[in-house]
This record gives sequence, C-alpha cells and structure tokens, in this order.
Amino acid sequence: MSKHIGDVVLDVQNISLRFGGVKALTDISFNVREHEVRAIIGPNGAGKSSMLNCINGVYTPTEGTITFRGQTFDHMDSHQVAAMGIARTFQNLALFKGMSVLDNIMTGRNLRMKSNLFLQALRLGPAEREEIEHREKVERIIDFLEIQAFRKTPVGQLPYGLQKRVDLGRALALEPQVLLLDEPMAGMNVEEKQDMCRFILDVNEEFRTTVVLIEHDMGVVMDISDRVVVLDYGKKIGDGTPDEVRNNEEVIRAYLGTSH
Amino acid sequence: MGFFLETLFGGLMAGMLYSLVALGFVLIFKASGVFNFAQGAMVLFAALAMARFAEWIPLWLGLDNALIANVLAFIVAGVIMFVVAWLIERLVLRHLVNQEGATLLMATLGITYFMEGLGQTLFGSDIYQINIGMPKDPIFLFESMFEGGVLVNKEDVIAAAIAAALVVVLSLFFQKTATGRALRAVADDHQAAQSIGIPLNRIWVIVWCVAGVVALVSGMIWGSKLGVQFSLTTVALRALPVIILGGLTSVPGAIIGGLIIGVGEKLSEVYVGPYVGGGIEIWFAYVLALVFLLFRPQGLFGEKIIDRV
Repeated sequence: MSKHIGDVVLDVQNISLRFGGVKALTDISFNVREHEVRAIIGPNGAGKSSMLNCINGVYTPTEGTITFRGQTFDHMDSHQVAAMGIARTFQNLALFKGMSVLDNIMTGRNLRMKSNLFLQALRLGPAEREEIEHREKVERIIDFLEIQAFRKTPVGQLPYGLQKRVDLGRALALEPQVLLLDEPMAGMNVEEKQDMCRFILDVNEEFRTTVVLIEHDMGVVMDISDRVVVLDYGKKIGDGTPDEVRNNEEVIRAYLGTSH
Repeated sequence: MGFFLETLFGGLMAGMLYSLVALGFVLIFKASGVFNFAQGAMVLFAALAMARFAEWIPLWLGLDNALIANVLAFIVAGVIMFVVAWLIERLVLRHLVNQEGATLLMATLGITYFMEGLGQTLFGSDIYQINIGMPKDPIFLFESMFEGGVLVNKEDVIAAAIAAALVVVLSLFFQKTATGRALRAVADDHQAAQSIGIPLNRIWVIVWCVAGVVALVSGMIWGSKLGVQFSLTTVALRALPVIILGGLTSVPGAIIGGLIIGVGEKLSEVYVGPYVGGGIEIWFAYVLALVFLLFRPQGLFGEKIIDRV
C-alpha cells in the first residue's frame, strides 16, 4: 500500500484542561499529518475524549493552542469547527433518533445548503434543485456504508452496529478534511469491528480524509493507524508508529501495570 | 343525540384553540429544552399589537377597508414578534446556554412579567377588540338527521379551521424543508447538531419566531372571541394540562391533548356537572393532568425518560 502522507494539518500545542481542581489534560502536544490515520489511545479516564472535545470545540482548553491549516485559535464553537472542515462521531451515539437514516445523513449537508428559508418553504426551483443535488451525495454515502436497505428506517430502531455506521455517514456528509472518531469500535462484536475498520480505511483512501480516532481497544488500533499517541492520567506517555508505541516501556506499564 | 353532538363539537372547537397555545410551548421546549413560561405573555403581547395596529393603521393611512387594515396589522404584529424572538435570543437565552432547566424557566418567568408590562405600556391596558370579520351567527348541521339539527357556532368553525391550517403548514415546514430538518435535529440532540455545523443561535431565533407566530394566531382568535385583555395570559395556564396530557415533546400530542381536554371539559360539565353542582369545566383539565402525572408522567406521546443509575 503506497499512500502519500502530507504536511501537518492539525497541530495541538501544550493543551491543558482543568475542571476546577481536576486536571483532565496536562500539557499535551501532538500533530496530525494530512491523509494519515492518527490514533489516540489510553486506559479508561486517560483524557482521550477530553482531547477530542477540545479539538471539536466542545471544551475550551485552559491553556494551549490548536492550529488547523495554519490558523491558530484558542477558542471555538462546535459549529465553526464543522464549518472549517472537521467532522466527528460520538462514543455514545448522538443520532437524531426520531429521524430516518436518510434524514440523519441529510442533516450533515446543512452547512452546504445555500437556499434561504423562504425558497425552501415555497419549494421554489433553486431550493428544490439544491435538495436533489445533496440527496445524490447522501445516496452515495449510503451506498458506501452499505445501509441502502435502511434508508427510511428511524435510526432508533436499528441495531447498534448500524447506528454507528449512520453516525459515520452523517459525519462524512460534511465532506470533512479531518474526521474525528470517538471510540468507533466501542461495544461492537468482532464482525462489526472488522466492518468498521474496513470503512475507516476506505474513507481514508477513497475520500483522502485525514482520520483521528480514539480507541480503548489497542489491538484494532495498531492494525489501522499510521501513528499513535498514548495518554495516561491526562499526560502524553508515548507517540510514534504502532511498533514504537508497542515497545514503549511506559505504555506497557500503563496498560499492564508493573510490580513495584 | 343531537345535543350530545353539539356539546362534542363545542368541545372540539375549544380544544383546537388549546392545542394552538400548547403548540407554542412544545415547539420551544423541543428545540431548546426551555419550558417557555412566557408563551401566555407572548399571546397577549401579539394580540395587543394586532388590535392596536388594526385601529391605528386606518387612522395613519386614511384607509377605510377593514380587511386591508387587519392584514397590515397582522403583518406588523408578526414582524414585532420576530423582533421579540430575536431580542430574547440575543439578550437572554444566548447567555444561558447549557444552564440548568430551572434557571431557564426562571428567565422565561422574568420575560413573562417584562412582556406583560411592556405590552400594556406600549399598547394600553384597556379591553380592545379584534374584529377580523368573523361571522357570529350560529348554523345548524344535520337538520335532516336530528330534530332541530346540531347548533354550531360559525365563528368557532372558522377559528378551528384556521388553527388546523396552521398546524398543517407547520408540520409540512418541519417535515419537508431543510431548515425544518435542522430544527428536528436540534430538538433531538443539541451537541450532535452543533458538531455537524448547525448553528444553535440561528435555530433558536427561528423557533421563537415560529412560536411568536403561533402566539399571534392564537391571540388573534382568542382576542376576537373574548376581546383583547389581560386575562388572555391565563389562556396559557389552560394549555399546561394539555401538554402534560400530550407530552411536552410531541406536536401531535399537543393537538390531541388539546382536543381531549376541550371535549372532556364540555362533556363533563354537561353530563356530570348537574350532579355535583356544576363548575367542572374550571378544574376538569387540571384534575385530568394530575391523574396523568401520577400514572403516565411522560404524557400520551412524550418520550419516556430513562436515566442511568
């Protein structure tokens, strides 16, 4: 597999995050290169989700900066982050449960819809054309994720593994440059995990999307990631290729514990 | 039988109007998780604006066509409600994002008193008429089937038709447009909606605008029935049992809840009232709501809230 990994697109510098007296993250720095699959791993409570939420604009880091495509910022709104081309999925599914699969993924196109409320309300030409255009893009995503059969099903009724795919589909509908995946494999059986891995790698190759993923399960991550950051108790304890990380003493200690 | 139908129709008409006010509550609660105590004040405010502008516009423009004056007054009142919605989002809600439900409820309580005061300062505190040319004469239906037919108030029929039309338009807007889809998305999950780039602030303004229009239409209908006066705010209290019955998060629930309460009030008053000395109409809805709170707190169509322990 020859794939070209480009320049740094996302650069996280000296991020700290405190909730009152609790230090969720302490002085974390790492970067993400274009077109790579970058994993953030660590035991429970290591601060992985906090890290993702900082990048996504849900939390404002207490200290530190995040640079995305040369633009540095220390505070962001979630929807601005989305507008800049960073999409995410959620660990505890946050789908719009009452809506169909199709509608869920269509919401992902919201940012790219230009026609105003009045055109939409009257279903005038431009709004109608736009809707059809976006619908085509969404159908392509549905095909890609192999969920054609469930197009009209309310997502609340789908099995867990499929809901995870819809979550991914909604994020893909944004046509993001960077895709943040929060424990995409959590709670899945082996087969579902394999499917999800395949989709992540396909997204990475076909759409040339940069992927940042958080995972608890080390095995899967090592197979699909180009580089891995390891967090423990809110600190970075390792960073490198899967092989480097696997042989890192501190990482082994964090995961397996040592006898003192 | 004729009499029963008459009571039933009367109840349905009244219920349709309760539904309309309840709809205002549900829309805002769904999209922002705010229980908007100010809905009643918005009804009064909108009705006052409409009634006064319908008086003023003919004076200013020298019109003597009542229809045009009413239409213009409706549009002006609608614009005023948009401005109110925008101001509420800008000055109050935006600063309270992610606060406790109780905090937001208190904020809307504040908005209630402010709008009641401001409305009466700007538009006066007398009783005003909204005359949108509703026919007041009763009509008889099914005369061939029952002796004497079924007496129905024409005004009520038209009011119910307007309410029904508004509900249909709203549900089309919610189901068929991209903005409606975004609104539903926000209602389901704020955080996820933000993460795909739906700006919460804009959505909230839209929802409050829609609730403002609903308030205007309810104010217009109630106002033309009862006159525009301070007691219109209590119409909102009537809608509380409706949403408990229908469920705070359900649009169909608001409509069906309203109809059940309207019909229940009238039927119980007529058929049970005489045995207990009457006056059931006043408390029937609240007792029904209480029963629901005891046995089915999520209402008929609401989502059951299951918390992880």
